[in-house]
Amino acid sequence: MTLPVFGRLPLSALLGLLIVTATAALFLFGPMLAPFGQEEVLGTPFADPSAGHLLGLDQNGRDMLSRLLYGARMSVGVSLAAVLISFCIGVPLGFLAALNGGWPDLVGARLIDVIMSIPVLISALVVLQALGSSLPVLIGTIALLDSTRVFRLSRVVAQGIVVMEYAEVARLRGEGLWWMLRREILPNALPPLLAEFGMRFCFTFLFVAGLSYLGLGVQPPFADWGGMVRDNQQGILYGLYAPLFPAGAIALVTIGVNLVVDWALAGRTTVQGENR
Amino acid sequence: MGKLIVQRLGLGVVTLALVSVLVFAGTELLPGDVAAAILGQNATPESLAALREQLGLNAGPVARYLGWAAGIVQGDLGVSLANRQPVGELLWPRFWNTMALAGYAAVIAVPLAVGLGIASAAFRGSLFDRVATLVALATVSLPEYFLGLLLILFVSVQYGLLPSLADTWSGMGLAAWLKATTLPMLVLVLVTVAQIMRMTRTTVLAVMDQPYIETAYLKGMRNGRVVLRHAAPNALAPIVNVVAFNLTYLIAGVVLVESIFNYNGLGRFMVDAVSKRDLPMVQAAAMVFAAVYVVLNLVADVAAIALNPRLRHPRAKEV
Repeated sequence: MTLPVFGRLPLSALLGLLIVTATAALFLFGPMLAPFGQEEVLGTPFADPSAGHLLGLDQNGRDMLSRLLYGARMSVGVSLAAVLISFCIGVPLGFLAALNGGWPDLVGARLIDVIMSIPVLISALVVLQALGSSLPVLIGTIALLDSTRVFRLSRVVAQGIVVMEYAEVARLRGEGLWWMLRREILPNALPPLLAEFGMRFCFTFLFVAGLSYLGLGVQPPFADWGGMVRDNQQGILYGLYAPLFPAGAIALVTIGVNLVVDWALAGRTTVQGENR
Repeated sequence: MGKLIVQRLGLGVVTLALVSVLVFAGTELLPGDVAAAILGQNATPESLAALREQLGLNAGPVARYLGWAAGIVQGDLGVSLANRQPVGELLWPRFWNTMALAGYAAVIAVPLAVGLGIASAAFRGSLFDRVATLVALATVSLPEYFLGLLLILFVSVQYGLLPSLADTWSGMGLAAWLKATTLPMLVLVLVTVAQIMRMTRTTVLAVMDQPYIETAYLKGMRNGRVVLRHAAPNALAPIVNVVAFNLTYLIAGVVLVESIFNYNGLGRFMVDAVSKRDLPMVQAAAMVFAAVYVVLNLVADVAAIALNPRLRHPRAKEV
C-alpha cells in the first residue's frame, strides 16, 4: 500500500525528503547508533576501512563512522538552534515594524542595511575575535546575524499583508496588536517564512561547518563535520578518502534540504508582497 | 545621471563610515579586555594597568573610535599586538594576493557564466538547459572544501598535474603563479559560475516574455538573433548587478578557499588574526573586506545606472 501523496511527488523531492528524514533521524539517534565513543582511540591513524570500522579510522585513530554519527547531532543541532533563535528574534520584530511603521521601523531597516553591507563571515569573525569561540557564543552570533535577514523578509511579507482588505477590516473592527499578529499576519506569512526557514537552515549549516573548518567554530573534543574535514584534510595528500566522508555528508544534507525547498517553492514562487 | 551617481558615491561613503562604527563597536565594546587577552594567565594588576595606558584603553570609547578612524583615513591601520609590526605592512601584500586570486577566478567565471546563462535561456527547456540547471543546483550546494578536496585528490594526488598547495612568493614568474593558483581558482569558479548562470538565465527569460520580443519573433527573426540583439542588451543592466553581487560572494568565499590551499591571502590573514585574537589586525582586515564589498556594490549601482538608457537620457522630466 502506498500513500496517495507519494504518487505525485517528483523524484527530486522524494530524494530530498529521504535525505532530510535520514538527517533528522541521525540528529535524534546518531550518538546512540554509534558503535564507539567519539574520543575512543582504537588503532593506527588513517587505518583503512574494515569490517569493524566501516569508514576506517581518522587522523587520531578514532572510528570515523562513530564520529560522523556524533557529529550529526552537533552540526545539525548548532545550525537548527541558531536558525530557530534567529526566527524568534527576526519574525516578531519584522511584523511589528511593518504593523507600526514610523521611525523605529526606518531606523531598524537602515541599521540592518548597514549590517548586511558587511559579508556575514567577516562580521562573525569580528565577534568571535572579541568573545572567543564557545557553543553559546557561536549560536548567539550566527542567530543575531541571521535574524537581520529574517527581519527583512518578515517585514516585507507583513507589509504586503497589512494593506490587504481583510487586515484593514480587522483594524477597523478594533482588533488589538496581538490579534493582528496572531490571526491576520502570521497565517498568511507562513508559507514564505517556512521556505525561508529551509533556505536559512541550509545557509547556516554550511556556515557553521565553514567556521568549524576554519577552526573557529565547534571546538574539540566535540565531533562536528566541518571540524572533521579540517582534522583529516592531510589524509587527502596520501590519496585517502577520510576527509571526504564528513565533507560529503555536509554536501548531501545541503542538497537534500535544497531539493525539498525547491519543491515547496515550485508553483508559488511569487511571495506575497515580494515586489514592494 | 550624474546627480544619481554622485548620490550613490555619497551613500557609499556614509555606509563605510557606519560600517567602521560597527566594526569598532563589535571588537571594542564587547565584554573582554584587550589588555587581559594579551597578557593572559601571568597578568599582574600593575602590568595590566601599564599595558592599558600604553594601548590608550583608558580613554573613552568615542575618543578611541575617533583616533582609530582618523588613523584609517590617513592610511595608518595600527600596530599588531602579536609582533608589534605595523598592520599595513603585513596586510597590503596579502590583500593584493587575494585580489589577484579573485581576479583570476572572475576573469574565467564571469564570461563563462554569462555565456552559459544566455545560452540556456535561448534554448529554454532543451536538454542543454536542463543539464545546466541540474549541474548548477548541484555545485551551489557543494561546500568549497568538498570541491577543493576532490580536485586535490584527482588532479594533484592521483595524476600530479597541479600542486595541491598554492605556494606563492613575491617575484615568482607568471607561469609558475598561474600553475600554483589554478586549483583554488577552479574551486572559486565552480561555486560562482552556477549562481551567475542561474540568475542570468532568469533575467534574460524575464526580458524574453516582453511584447517586443514577441514582435521580433513575429517579424520572422531567428531565435539566436532575437536573444542576442533584442533580449541581451535589455538584460545587460540586471546582469551587471548579478555579476557584482556574486563577485562580492567571491570575496567572502575566498576565505575558505585560501584555507584549503594554504594560500597567503587576506582571508587566511584574518582567520589567523582571529585565532590569535590580535585586535588591530582583525579590525583592519574587516575594514578592508567591508570596503571591497561596498565598492563592488557601488560599481554595480553606477554601472546599472550608466547602462540603463532610461536613466541615461532622462526624458520624463522635460515633458
